[in-house]
Formats: sequence, C-alpha cells, structure tokens
Amino acid sequence: MPTFFERRQLVTPGDLLAEGEYIPGENTYKVDQKIYASKLGLVEYEDKKVDVVALRAFYVPKVGDTVIGTIVEVGFNGWTVDISSPYPALLRASDVLSRPFRPQRNDLSEVLNAGDLVIAKIIDYDRAHDPQLTVSEPGLGKITRGQVVEITPTKIPRLIGRKGSMISMIKKETDCHIILGHNGTILVTGKRLENEQLAIMAIHKIEEESHTAGLTDRITQMIEKEKKKQKEEKKNESKT
Amino acid sequence: MSRKPEKLIDKKGLRLDGRKPDELRPIKIEVGVLPNTDGSAYIQQGKNKILAGVYGPRELHPKHLALPDRTVLRCRYRMAPFSVQERKSPAPSRRDIELSKVIREALEPSVFLEYYPRTGIDIHIEVLQADGGTRCASITAASLALADAGIPMQDLVTACAAGKVDNTIVLDLMDTEDKEGGADVPVALMPNLNAITLLQMDGILSLEEFEKAANLALEGCRKIYPMQKEALKAKYVSVKEVEE
Repeated sequence: MPTFFERRQLVTPGDLLAEGEYIPGENTYKVDQKIYASKLGLVEYEDKKVDVVALRAFYVPKVGDTVIGTIVEVGFNGWTVDISSPYPALLRASDVLSRPFRPQRNDLSEVLNAGDLVIAKIIDYDRAHDPQLTVSEPGLGKITRGQVVEITPTKIPRLIGRKGSMISMIKKETDCHIILGHNGTILVTGKRLENEQLAIMAIHKIEEESHTAGLTDRITQMIEKEKKKQKEEKKNESKT
Repeated sequence: MSRKPEKLIDKKGLRLDGRKPDELRPIKIEVGVLPNTDGSAYIQQGKNKILAGVYGPRELHPKHLALPDRTVLRCRYRMAPFSVQERKSPAPSRRDIELSKVIREALEPSVFLEYYPRTGIDIHIEVLQADGGTRCASITAASLALADAGIPMQDLVTACAAGKVDNTIVLDLMDTEDKEGGADVPVALMPNLNAITLLQMDGILSLEEFEKAANLALEGCRKIYPMQKEALKAKYVSVKEVEE
C-alpha cells in the first residue's frame, strides 16, 4: 500500500496519490483501489485518509456556514443574495421582518436594497435547491460599517489558524473586529482606518503565502513593523 | 501567398522547419494570465498563439439550458481576424462552430460534471495566431484553464496531432504540412488514466499508417503532459521561492 508523494507536496489533477486501503478525502477520487487528485493543491496524508488542500477553488455552500453576501435582487417575498458561489442564495422576507408583512403594503427595498451587504447563515441547501439564508441569529444582518475583503475560500481555514491562533492574533494586534464568511468574504471593522488597513494587509499576505511554513510568526513581525511605520508617519505629520 | 514547396521533407529526412519527423515544435505554456477570468492559460506551440479563459461554475443563462443533474459545459473557439495570412471574417465560421464542439467533447470526460448541477462552465478559446494544429493546442490550454479555475477534474487533457507528409509519418504538423500533406490525425489523451478523449482523421491512410500515426500522436501527448504540469505548478512555486 504505497503512497506516491510526500506531505504538503504540490499535485495536479490526475496525479496518483496512493494505492490500496486508503480513504479518498477532499478533492480526490478513487478508481480500482487507486486514489487520484482532482484539483491543483497540496497533499495531506492522515492515517488512512488522503486529502488535497486546493490552492484555487470557489465556494460550495454548506448548511451552517456563515457567509457575507450582496443583495442583487429584491423580489416579492424575499431577496436574492450573491454569496460568490455557483448558486444564488435566497433570503425570505418573513425571516428578516419579525412582524407579518403584506407584499402589497410593505416595500421590501426599504429594509434591504440591492447592493446592501449582509452577514447570514445558510440554513438549507442540497443538490436540488438553492441555498437559503437566515439573519435571525445574533451577529447576523445588514452590514453598516467596516471594510470587506475577498479571498479564495480555501484559504479561510489558514486564516483561522490552529485553534484560531492566526485570527485571534490579528484581532489582538490590530484591535479590529473581524468576521470571516466561509465564502471567502471577510468583514473588518476597526476604531480607526489605519487599523483596518493593517488587518487587510495581513489578510492579503496570508492569502498569498498560505502554503508556506512559519506564517503566524512572519505575520506578527510584519504587523509590528507596519505599526512602527504608522507611528513615525504620525510624528512627522504633527511636526510639520 | 507562399507557393507550395517542392518537397516537404528533404534528403536528410528533415522537415521544412528543420525538425525531425518525430519532433515537436517548441512549446511555451503559461497559466493564470487573465485576472478577469476564473481560470486561464496561454500556449505557444511553434507559431500558434492561443489564449483560453474559463468562467464558472456559475448560474447558467439562459436558464432553460440548465440540467438538473450536472453542469453544462460550453465552449467557444474563435480565430481572430488577424490570426491567418488572409483576413478571416470575425463571424463564426462553420469550422469555428465545429471545432468548438470537438474541443468541448474532448474536455467533457475529464471534468466531474455531476458535482455542480444546474450550473454552467464557459470556456473561451481565442486563437491569436494560427499555424496548424490549433485544435490540439486549444485543448491543451483549455484543460489547464479549467484546472486553474479550481474545477474538479479526473486528469488534465493533452492533445497532439500526427500525420503523413511525403509518405512519412510525422508528429505535430504545421500549416503547410497539414495543407499539402497526405493526412492528419489529432489525438487528445488523459495521460494518467491512459484514456483517449479525441481521435479524428482527415485524409487517407492505410491501416498500418493510421496505427503508426495514432501511436506517434499519443507519444507526443505524453511529451507535452509534463510541460503542462510544470506550467500549472509554476504559478505557485514562484511564490514559494520568493520567500525563501
């Protein structure tokens, strides 16, 4: 039962990863006891399971995921939301409005209009139905302030880090509130603009270098360096 | 216009551009060249210059084309008006439409279409300069663009042609050889699975000649495959090296 690659090695679609009693994990498929990669990514062998962590991917909805989306259409009894996945998501009016509503009397665009950003949770999705969203939980709903960043959705776990080490470090260092949408959209809200910019810079650096080792330390260093730079700039400004 | 050369293969057994019968044209492949698409690739094979871009999977429009059990793969092959010596009309010709279908059918077996029902994947192939064997180079590039878009695939598809010129079986025909020669056999292959996804023949070959040509084309595919993989990996390896 051999494996043909080392851990964390780059593989392309069609590469033979393992033969024999292995279980195909994410982004792999099995034909006649042979496991092949189906996407470009890094291999992970764990016990008997073979995974490929994709380097390029799009978001596939999953029930329970928190996502950040844009309203694209206001309908009769709900909204259509773009969650940057192959499928458009639906948000029902009865979910947003606590009181009963009548399509004739209430104008839904007064509540949420096209172009508005919302944080929502997926409550229903399968092969036959488009994902359905809810905003009736604390922390969900329309976004009123902050900045939105988009990254490849497969990089979200790296951004969270082991047991949330990476994201809690960024939150602490930049003093920003960060909400991660599983669809690769991230909301950053800070007290000052510089803090937000710092957090966004860190996020982009993580996206670019997600497949390298020792990233958390490098990001910490980078944030500290940038902080010093910002302080100096401020001093210079106050002098002049 | 250039006149027909007297001999396509000289006394030394070399072809018009100095290649041996079983030699490929120089190939250069680049992946991820179009930031506005979800995935893209550029290929130069001899004088061929081809761009491929992929969108999707995304909501399919018009909606009535969507299938309840799988993705719809759509392919659009076009030649730019300036891609050939005499201006080609930009309107899709019969040939453009046929090649779109042929390329789509060569790529379809490689993609896991059943993963994302009710959606569509659009492949756009733009031939900037043509010099024979564009369908094969297009398949090679389009397959890379699909992989670059993060679409799950069984294997990359590699394509290459072989044919008969002056009674010799040769690999990777260029335009003059294709037009003046005896026959042309384009083959597309998924090398790791050893599965052929395209096999055509244009011209007249005996059974032995056909077998020889098809095998030569398969050999060509296997030579292109490592280059294809390298190009796909190169985009990420370069990031790694910059840091270290």
